[in-house]
Amino acid sequence: MRRAVGYFWALFLFSVPLWLQDQYLLHILIVTGIFIIAAMSLNLLLGYTGQLSLGHVAFFGIGAYASALVSLGFDVDIFGYTLVHEPWPVLAGFALGTAVAGLCGYAIGKLSFKVRGAYFVIVTISFAEVTRLVALNWVDLTQGPLALTNIPPFTFDLPGIGRYALWGKFSNYYLVLVVAIVAHMVIKRLVESRIGRAMIALKENESLAVSVGIDVTRYLVLAAVISAALAGAAGSLYAHYVKIIDPDIFLFIYTVTMVIMVITGGKGTLAGPIVGGLIFGFMPVIVRSFVAPEVQWILYGALMIAIIYLLPQGIVPAVERWIGSRVEDSQHSAADALPDSRNAGGSR
Amino acid sequence: MIEAQAASIPPALSVEHVTVRFGGLVAISDLNFTVTEGEIVGLIGPNGAGKTTAFNVITGFLRPTQGAVRYRGKSLNGLKPHEVASLGLVRTFQRTSVFQNNTVFDNVLIGLHRRGRDTLSDTLLALPRGKASERALRDQAWEILRLVGIERRSSEFAGALPYGDQRLLGVALALAAKPSMLLLDEPVSGMNAAETASFMTLVKRIRALGVTILLVEHDMPMVMGVSDRIVVLNYGRIIAEGSPAAVQSDAEVIRAYLGQGAKRA
Amino acid sequence: MDQLFQHLVNAFMLGGTYALLGIGLTLIFGIMRVVNFTHGELYSFGAYIVYLAAAALGLNFFLSLAVAIVAGFLLGSLIELALLRPMRRADIDTTMLVMIGAWIVLQNTELLLWGGVAKAVPAPFAETPLVLGPVSVAPLRVFVLGAALLLIVGTYALINRTKLGRAMRATFQDSETAALMGVNVSAIYTATFAIGSGLAAAAGALLGPVFLVTPTMGDLASLKAFAIVILGGLGNIQGATIGGFILALVEEIGAGYISSGYRDAMGFLIIILVLLFKPTGLFARAERVG
Repeated sequence: MRRAVGYFWALFLFSVPLWLQDQYLLHILIVTGIFIIAAMSLNLLLGYTGQLSLGHVAFFGIGAYASALVSLGFDVDIFGYTLVHEPWPVLAGFALGTAVAGLCGYAIGKLSFKVRGAYFVIVTISFAEVTRLVALNWVDLTQGPLALTNIPPFTFDLPGIGRYALWGKFSNYYLVLVVAIVAHMVIKRLVESRIGRAMIALKENESLAVSVGIDVTRYLVLAAVISAALAGAAGSLYAHYVKIIDPDIFLFIYTVTMVIMVITGGKGTLAGPIVGGLIFGFMPVIVRSFVAPEVQWILYGALMIAIIYLLPQGIVPAVERWIGSRVEDSQHSAADALPDSRNAGGSR
Repeated sequence: MIEAQAASIPPALSVEHVTVRFGGLVAISDLNFTVTEGEIVGLIGPNGAGKTTAFNVITGFLRPTQGAVRYRGKSLNGLKPHEVASLGLVRTFQRTSVFQNNTVFDNVLIGLHRRGRDTLSDTLLALPRGKASERALRDQAWEILRLVGIERRSSEFAGALPYGDQRLLGVALALAAKPSMLLLDEPVSGMNAAETASFMTLVKRIRALGVTILLVEHDMPMVMGVSDRIVVLNYGRIIAEGSPAAVQSDAEVIRAYLGQGAKRA
Repeated sequence: MDQLFQHLVNAFMLGGTYALLGIGLTLIFGIMRVVNFTHGELYSFGAYIVYLAAAALGLNFFLSLAVAIVAGFLLGSLIELALLRPMRRADIDTTMLVMIGAWIVLQNTELLLWGGVAKAVPAPFAETPLVLGPVSVAPLRVFVLGAALLLIVGTYALINRTKLGRAMRATFQDSETAALMGVNVSAIYTATFAIGSGLAAAAGALLGPVFLVTPTMGDLASLKAFAIVILGGLGNIQGATIGGFILALVEEIGAGYISSGYRDAMGFLIIILVLLFKPTGLFARAERVG
């Protein structure tokens, strides 16, 4: 049943550019899709493995910058030695962006074991800020506040058709959708497996997990690497779609956006970041015509606080519980007719 | 007769002159005892005698200030708890002994982690080997649930179980990790008489499967009834060691417990 | 060499206000174990109130400072009562997220009320700097340092010489035992958050006239405050004081001799390095308030 619903949604999403006239809405969908990929990756680390990493935007930005720089080419002076890089195909940039972000994830994963709790939160935020300041100040490499411009779009060499570059919204929508579906599949397979169970166990009760032989550091690092790599991939998609990136991509507010998406949607659930992403991706669109951007943000902040109070687990679990209780009610009224045949054992 | 057998079989666990100091406080002093393969040894003593500390040292949760712990000849010094568990030494916990927010079945599945043979690529690529491994784990989970006797509760959440069943689940979780030696930390605390009796049967069944058992308990009839040998701790030291009958009539043991409300002693 | 002295003097002045920021947060973070994301917003709130009072309403400068500190104290109490008190039982993630939400609301409210343009606060001090040998110091900065030191001493006295301070220290050590001894832990939490916020507002109020007042000035302040707390050790006021001066010094030296753009990165580098190598802070005594 669930599978059918999934296929239905996928089909629906594939059809959208064919009938959606509003180009602006399509653009919003693409950017929201990219953020949903980032939110899903954050969910793996925050929701499933229980690590309070608030520097996630760093992986996103590193993926974006690495991918852009690889495809643009650069020359920098490092301690008097000039390093020159010729432009490589965008796909190489995508791969490298993902890899570099993953590597940073490895470092953060290893670090989180030395530094726990609230301190880990602070370290991850600091890491993101340092990255932003480096991007801002290492003008030689990143152009600093002047931004990296003219970033080339994804280009595929298709047999028979030749070179196909994804300039427009139509093609980029499908690229993002495909990557999003792959990312979702990766995370789904991971969390539903033995490895995923180990991650969840380490979030739930670390000492207990360790006592049954689960190597906590290893799975924490694994979660961090995969999470960071997926975020880096999302960053790369972003860079080659909007074709211009500046150090503002590392702003804490983007991490907050991802966190809001995950928490309100439902951390530790597969659908949570998607639901949260759609809500907070489209809210600006709906709200922008009525109120100033500052007021929008006040609304988000207030909404986030409200959801934490009223639905602390998020929207998706609340909806599931509501559906579950409906099903139970109908089952109960059927079962009321039968005698209580429960096992009369020794327990109370 | 049991003592004679113990002398000819090499020890499974040997705790060798272990001392644990926290700053100025001595939690355990010169703890020295062995457990033979296939034995059931009970560790008893008044509250604060150092029993849980001993458990923590043996399973790698705590580093001894002095002394060493060996399992089947291999030194456990410096090993992390999950490495100790991989050697076959698995413990249960007195409190929070289960994963509260998971179902009973999932709890045991988590415990079976070590037995899984699938790799990351098997998982991500959904290879048949991964699926086969998963199926095998699920079958083993049912077996363990049946052995322990809580299979009818498999889809309930661990946190919602009655206390006695939670303790059973804690044991199931430990069994899932394929122990060759099991350390049970107050396994029957909170159980009523009927549950305790069936637990004692379970312990004997586990031993029959070849698992060595070391347990800490306050319930005297239970521990006396199930153990081959008793080790008594007080103020971090061993004050007596021997068969249940011998220990029960030991003068110093009686003195240690006088005034301490040992449960149903 | 002359340059070095100038840097030292600048660092000294900045350090005083950083210390206030750090002391405020070490009290809150230490006693309540809350990752207080709003601390920086209280800092900018203090600066904006001084602007409002002195520039817009034309009040006396020193009175405006006092008003700003009191306003910060009150806003802190409000935040604690409205948001943190109901969340007492919640886990650290949840509280942290509520604080992030509060931060977003506060910062954007300030943006809404005062706009994004930087504001200048007029101060009744001579423009011409005092020249002492190779060093020149603006009189305003001397005043700022003096005021900061006064507040630091006052806080120290509050924590160590008053009944309230004793209750706060007890709560820091062990809130359960403190409650058993008759301490109204709930009220202490509110008082702690209010005092900490008041100190942050004071720091902002004092630095507002020195630099410009902008709506995002609080973000960096928050993180620098955390750097100072980590440097000095949780709940350690003396540590926070010294930490504040150390951070200012590192920033000044770094900005002067390495690159001014990386000035703000110094704080974060400190955080990362300290937590990696000496997680209990540089002043590794047993954690205690006072």
